[in-house]
Amino acid sequence: MERLRVEEPAEIEIWEEFPEELDLEHPTEWALRGDRLPHIWCSGCGIGAAVNAFVAALKQAEIDITKLCVVSGIGCTGRVAGYMNCDSFHTTHGRAIPFAIGLHLANPDLKVVVFSGDGDIIAIGGNHFLHAARRNLDLTVICVNNFNYGMTGGQSGPTTHIGGRTTTTPYGNPEYAFNLPLLAAACGAVYVARWTILDLGRLRNSIAKALQKRGFSFVEIISPCPVNYGRRNQIGDALDELRYYKENTIHNPEAPLEECDLSLRGKIIVGAFVDREKPTFLDLYRQVVLSRWE
Amino acid sequence: MVATTVRKRRPAILTGEHFMLGDHACAEGALAAGCRFFAGYPITPATEVAERMAERLPEVGGLYIQMEDEIASIAAILGASWAGAKSMTSTSGPGFSLMMENLGLGIITETPTVIVNVQRAGPSTGLPTLVGQGDMMQARWGSHGPYEIIALVPWSAQECFDLTVRAFNLAEEFRTPVLVMTDAEVGHLTEKVVIPPADQIPIVNRKTPTEPPERYRVKSWDEELIPPMPKAGDGYRVFVESLTHDERGYPVMHWTAQERLVRRLIKKIQANRERILDWKERDIEGAEVVVLSYGISARVATRAIAQAQEKGIKVGSFRLITAWPFPVERVREIAGKIKGFVVPEINYGQMVLEVERAAAGQCRVLLVPCAGGRMHEPEAILEAIVAVAEGRPYDPFEAASAWLSAKPVKGRED
Ligand code: SF4
Repeated sequence: MERLRVEEPAEIEIWEEFPEELDLEHPTEWALRGDRLPHIWCSGCGIGAAVNAFVAALKQAEIDITKLCVVSGIGCTGRVAGYMNCDSFHTTHGRAIPFAIGLHLANPDLKVVVFSGDGDIIAIGGNHFLHAARRNLDLTVICVNNFNYGMTGGQSGPTTHIGGRTTTTPYGNPEYAFNLPLLAAACGAVYVARWTILDLGRLRNSIAKALQKRGFSFVEIISPCPVNYGRRNQIGDALDELRYYKENTIHNPEAPLEECDLSLRGKIIVGAFVDREKPTFLDLYRQVVLSRWE
Repeated sequence: MVATTVRKRRPAILTGEHFMLGDHACAEGALAAGCRFFAGYPITPATEVAERMAERLPEVGGLYIQMEDEIASIAAILGASWAGAKSMTSTSGPGFSLMMENLGLGIITETPTVIVNVQRAGPSTGLPTLVGQGDMMQARWGSHGPYEIIALVPWSAQECFDLTVRAFNLAEEFRTPVLVMTDAEVGHLTEKVVIPPADQIPIVNRKTPTEPPERYRVKSWDEELIPPMPKAGDGYRVFVESLTHDERGYPVMHWTAQERLVRRLIKKIQANRERILDWKERDIEGAEVVVLSYGISARVATRAIAQAQEKGIKVGSFRLITAWPFPVERVREIAGKIKGFVVPEINYGQMVLEVERAAAGQCRVLLVPCAGGRMHEPEAILEAIVAVAEGRPYDPFEAASAWLSAKPVKGRED
């Protein structure tokens, strides 16, 4: 059962294939606001890789970018929306999901994606996350989890490991962390996956799947924040963290979600844990409410 | 599945004469203005607005969603507005407080939407079912940072309808959230409401880009005070940014950008004050005292004014319909001709500060306070009118205490 699934070149072919001509277009260029680059992320940060996977997934899932809305809250990952060359919304801290709900319900033809960080979606925005999943709204939520608040200099949050050092847990974090796939599944999400940013091929496939799924889909992306969390927890630099992922990732979509907690130096169980069908909020709205009218 | 009664659709605009609750009239005004998306959270005394929208929106092709809290409600109506819908939420004090951060989001992203606040007595949970007017300054300054706001104050069920329509029109024209600051008394009044035929209700829709996306170029703010608002999904690839930004929506972390953006957001309202401002005045010519009020307090004041006029005092009235912007120039002009303003409001001095500022020391300005949970006794207002007319001293706290000791504290503990 415990298999390392990080190599598999076939899965990541688009990153290794170089066209003949030198006049290359970067594979993400079509989907990004080129005039806003370079981005603000630190070198070694995993958010860029998450964006690469997202853009590749958009292509794979054949998403019409003019119908795509990317909504972010506040934080390092909260900057993703602003780099996407689609209808992009950089909202307030924690409120990306309810803002996205308004977009989606006022025009169900839009493809609405929330792309934000763990602090934004799970701490300050936690309540909205629970209820959006409960309602099975047709949204895709991508959460980059780097276990701390990067933008403000590395404070603890509801995803910080027990014992994890941050600027506000200088003696180590005494709190339990949320197990995000378990939480999402318990609230009713129809698609739930977790990957590390090292597993780009699977991550891309999984985001593509999430985008095509009707209902509330959730993808957690474990990602390094080397300047804050990595440094304070002796994980080393970004490459050391990727090495840690390589050595400790277990791909097991069958794993009971209760056993998928994360710990500071423990194993990372990844996979697409939930993939189920049920009527969305709008399906039920049509069925229960609109059917009452001529 | 539940009941299967199939209903007949009523139109969005219920033209005709109705005997209608103020809160329901707000909802009907919204529908008449074209509102098709409502996100809300139950709260007394605003719940009836949400209930009416929940009942009516599905039959006119709109959508009602009950959110998990008021923060989510306002976030959702902002999102819906960018998808092209006219949107609204309603709330009262505690929920209004929760909405303050995203009110600022609506302002900086220039998102048209309407928020109805049926004010109750605070602070905190206060007297949930009873009247207050304590959110008037919060309406003006409640979100952080410098900005301008538009807030309308109805005093009747009819005005709940009319001013909600106007709130939508102003929101669309100026690309900004607009507040309808009603109160528990007005919201819970059931009285005559006349809904005109559709073609007699003026409707304003937001300006959208005239060129297709490929030819659309964002204009400089120097040429365009209020930029057109593209709709998500129309191919314009809008960038809606809560950070300080430039014309394209791109964040610019510099004080020059801040000055440009904030100044324009303020200017777009200020430069159009004349068109936005609305008030009603009576018997101002030759008056020695003017009662300046709004909402239910203005309605109570009409009795005090009649009593004073019976005593031979020359009293005029000035009723705010736009609390924000405030009609500074007119109030200043009147201040130069009278002995004083009497300002009854169900709080301990909010709009009165604005009256003082406008009067600029030219005349007396007396607050008739009331902590909420009840309306003023007309006699309390009369007392202040007489004090101004006769040039006698008046202490608002003492006056309020006198009214309290006349009525010992009572009420159920619960
Ligand atoms: S602080 Fe951390 S999360 Fe933020 S950009 Fe830097 S490495 Fe990435």
